[in-house]
Amino acid sequence: MIKLESLSKHFGETVVLESIDLAIEKGEIVVIIGPSGTGKSTLLRCINFLEQPTAGTMTVGDLTVDVNRATRKEILSMRRRTAFVFQNYALFANKTALQNIAERLLVVDRWPKEKAYRRAREILEQIGLADKADAYPASMSGGQQQRVGIGRAMAAGAEVILFDEPTSSLDPEWVEEVLGLMKQLASERQTMMVVTHEMSFARDVADRVIFIDGGRIVEQGPPSEIFYHPKDPRTKDFLKKILATNPV
Amino acid sequence: MDVLNFEYMIGLVPVLLRYLPLTLQLAGIGMVLALILACLFAVVRVLRIPVLNQLTIVFISFFRGTPLLVQLFLFYYGLPQLVSALTVIDGITATIMGLTMHFSAYMAESIRAAIVGVDRSQTEAALSIGMTNGQLMRRIVLPQATRVALPTLMNYFIDMIKATSLAFTLGVTELMGATQKEAAGSFLYFEAFIVAAIMYWVVVEILSKLQNYLEFRLNKAYSR
Repeated sequence: MIKLESLSKHFGETVVLESIDLAIEKGEIVVIIGPSGTGKSTLLRCINFLEQPTAGTMTVGDLTVDVNRATRKEILSMRRRTAFVFQNYALFANKTALQNIAERLLVVDRWPKEKAYRRAREILEQIGLADKADAYPASMSGGQQQRVGIGRAMAAGAEVILFDEPTSSLDPEWVEEVLGLMKQLASERQTMMVVTHEMSFARDVADRVIFIDGGRIVEQGPPSEIFYHPKDPRTKDFLKKILATNPV
Repeated sequence: MDVLNFEYMIGLVPVLLRYLPLTLQLAGIGMVLALILACLFAVVRVLRIPVLNQLTIVFISFFRGTPLLVQLFLFYYGLPQLVSALTVIDGITATIMGLTMHFSAYMAESIRAAIVGVDRSQTEAALSIGMTNGQLMRRIVLPQATRVALPTLMNYFIDMIKATSLAFTLGVTELMGATQKEAAGSFLYFEAFIVAAIMYWVVVEILSKLQNYLEFRLNKAYSR
């Protein structure tokens, strides 16, 4: 379970996130939508401590931290409970697909080599890239790289996987295979928080859709409600614009 | 008409070859120490560690800003004068110190540039899975920076091999010093120094081949 209480992030004078309260159940699939530059990515990055939040408390599993008092150890521990999938894949360029997935098991969890690589191979099977085990990122397509990126996040056995616009950098031809893998994870009830502009994914897969604007949660609910009966005028406006270019 | 005394030159080869190991040792030890020092400097500069960062900047500025020969003389003649315990410092030690500090200053900058050049998102990815700064440097950033820095570092190594010839000014009989002595005995300066030049050249050529091989190996991960 994940719980955010009064989580805020300021960059100098600019308020990016304003007092976010949010609780996510184990196995829940949450999709976060909203206009660009309104704090969606920052929210995910704060949960993973890639950004230092300005104030608030966060709970992931059995660890609760006051973001301002978090020790180095707690930050590491928080990161280990939350896995991140990046928009630009961010695979380790000096490592093969297999090594990218095994890296965390070897270095962070200190598994013995054999066990770590066995687990990494299982994940490669799951993401349909068993034949790419020894391929380096430079030789893989965008879709394959992002699937490895997701595989790397799966290896963690994290409480939650945070997806930061996982398909936004992909050529259209690769989007489906990545969304397909995410749907597969969702069907296994992997807890997920997904920032995306793929509205059909949000509608079909999400348990809950959260609309964020101006650093605040404006509206949230099941997709049927948000997409077909939005209450806030900002939600309506956003959906009208995005559905015009990106029909569900 | 004898422009060159070939017989003398051929005879000189085995004589000078005996001094080549010392030349290579000076450069080899100097390079290893310079690399270690340069990596430390680079990390200090990249992480902007307070105090150390400023000291490193001054160090690099001095050792890049003054001639190697001046530095060698400072170590050899200057240090013993300053600290009496160092009167035992010999030419070889002074040469290694000089080469190490001089070249570490240059190498620190190219290593720093190579570290900064590694895609920032990979650093974030490493942090996101819970790696410590040390782990991400060792496993992700430095291996990739090495590949970028390798051509320049090899250049410095080649330069250092040639710079060992300055050791003869501190009374060290390495390849250059030996050549000087031989030539002074035979008065065949031209011949002697051609032999020495060819020896340096051959060593550097072998290194260039090694560099090509290493670059090929390190680039394997990045070719499509």
